[in-house]
Amino acid sequence: MPEPKQPEKLIDDKGIRIDGRRLDQLRPIKLEVGILDKADGSAYIEQGKNKILVGVYGPREAHPKHIALPDRAVLRCRYRMAPFSVDERKNPAPSRREMELSKVIRESLESVVLTDLYPRTTIDVFIEVLQSDGGSRCAGITAASLALADAGIPMRELVAACAVGKIQGHMALDLSDAEDKYGEADLPVAWVPNANLVTLLQMDGILTTNEFEKGLTMALDACKTIHGMQQEALKKKYLVIKEVAEEREETEVVA
Amino acid sequence: MVIVAEPKQVVAPGELLAEGDHLLGDNSFKVGTRIYSACIGIFEVDGTRVTVVPLKGGYFPRVGDLVGGRIVDVGLSGWTVDIRAPYEAMLPASETPGPRGPRRRDLSESFDVGDMVLSQVLAFDRTRDPLLTVKGPGLGKISNGRVVEISAAKIPRLIGRKGSMISMLKRETGCQITVGQNGVVMVWGKSPENERVAVEAIYMVEREAHTRGLTDRIREMIAKSNVVGEVARTQTA
Repeated sequence: MPEPKQPEKLIDDKGIRIDGRRLDQLRPIKLEVGILDKADGSAYIEQGKNKILVGVYGPREAHPKHIALPDRAVLRCRYRMAPFSVDERKNPAPSRREMELSKVIRESLESVVLTDLYPRTTIDVFIEVLQSDGGSRCAGITAASLALADAGIPMRELVAACAVGKIQGHMALDLSDAEDKYGEADLPVAWVPNANLVTLLQMDGILTTNEFEKGLTMALDACKTIHGMQQEALKKKYLVIKEVAEEREETEVVA
Repeated sequence: MVIVAEPKQVVAPGELLAEGDHLLGDNSFKVGTRIYSACIGIFEVDGTRVTVVPLKGGYFPRVGDLVGGRIVDVGLSGWTVDIRAPYEAMLPASETPGPRGPRRRDLSESFDVGDMVLSQVLAFDRTRDPLLTVKGPGLGKISNGRVVEISAAKIPRLIGRKGSMISMLKRETGCQITVGQNGVVMVWGKSPENERVAVEAIYMVEREAHTRGLTDRIREMIAKSNVVGEVARTQTA
């Protein structure tokens, strides 16, 4: 499949983007928790055309043993894109980009996980991008923090992440693949709401100070929305079981 | 002293639980005067103490815990045991019953790789791996009955308040049940059918640990499985 052609305009005259969104609109997000049986914790996210699966293992014994730390758990993170996740086949070997994203995602999650409760162990996070559509590092962080919570690992709070960018001179929220490729700048942000910490901030392209500030505000607002969705998704798993069980009880009482 | 979250409800990590001078229970932490949840669980208030009872999570050893484990290695002076914790546990030969002193016989005659043992955590801290003992009544190799492995986070619910759930299970199924703190549960019944129903009930507790009226629902489930009911009747007769 050839590369998608550059669209003539990323924003039309009415200020609507190529996928029909306004500038300050997120793509539709679907979050699911606990979908892998064998992993200690897992989560799945769909954000636009992104499809990302995250599995968390641990805390477990550190192997090889020399990586273990005497006072806390080691958080290991692997971001990986499936060969079929992009238009052109992606070489399955770990790329420079994947190594970098693994590192920044790990650092973003390390600030919330209470690693000092589990000395000499590791917590492994595997982020598998099944289909990529721009902003996958942010979607990966959103899903990974959910998977960590699903594993029952003590953490300060959930991390929410979202990107903003500049397309045709306008700041736009949650860039899609085409907007990222043919736009002017991209600014992924991860945010920890209660502590009010930014745990990921990268920038690609050039923004003025004003544009940066406007973009950051937009991204933080979006993170707030996503954070709410995360909490809901995490609780939903247990509320569904609860409803089914308690409903069964009621029907039994009636019968 | 304000309780913000609703008690007995599911809370997510980072959710505000309370504000003020409350005592910190498990899985909660304080920032300034605000107390937050550290994991997904059920929020409980007990006097001035706020706790989150986790819904998921592995086993973390504590001294004195009764644990079921699987022998993974036989060494010269002891065994390595998998107790479903992030650490490998050691069971030294000196902590098995019998005469002290140098042993001439092979340790695998007592426990071999793959054997299940019921043991107690003798020593454990952050710097050392757990040390086990099988000296004590009821401890040692598990050679019959059934072993059920459930999430260690659900063990408090399986035991219930003051042991209400577990004593009901024992009574209604006519099985002897030993609960390991690490999620390994041993069931010995009068018949395979009794054991099957007890195992099913244990899995049901694991699945529905956070729901209300669980004890009654389990009791009904057991009552419906006719075979055990009959056995129970003949027992009372």
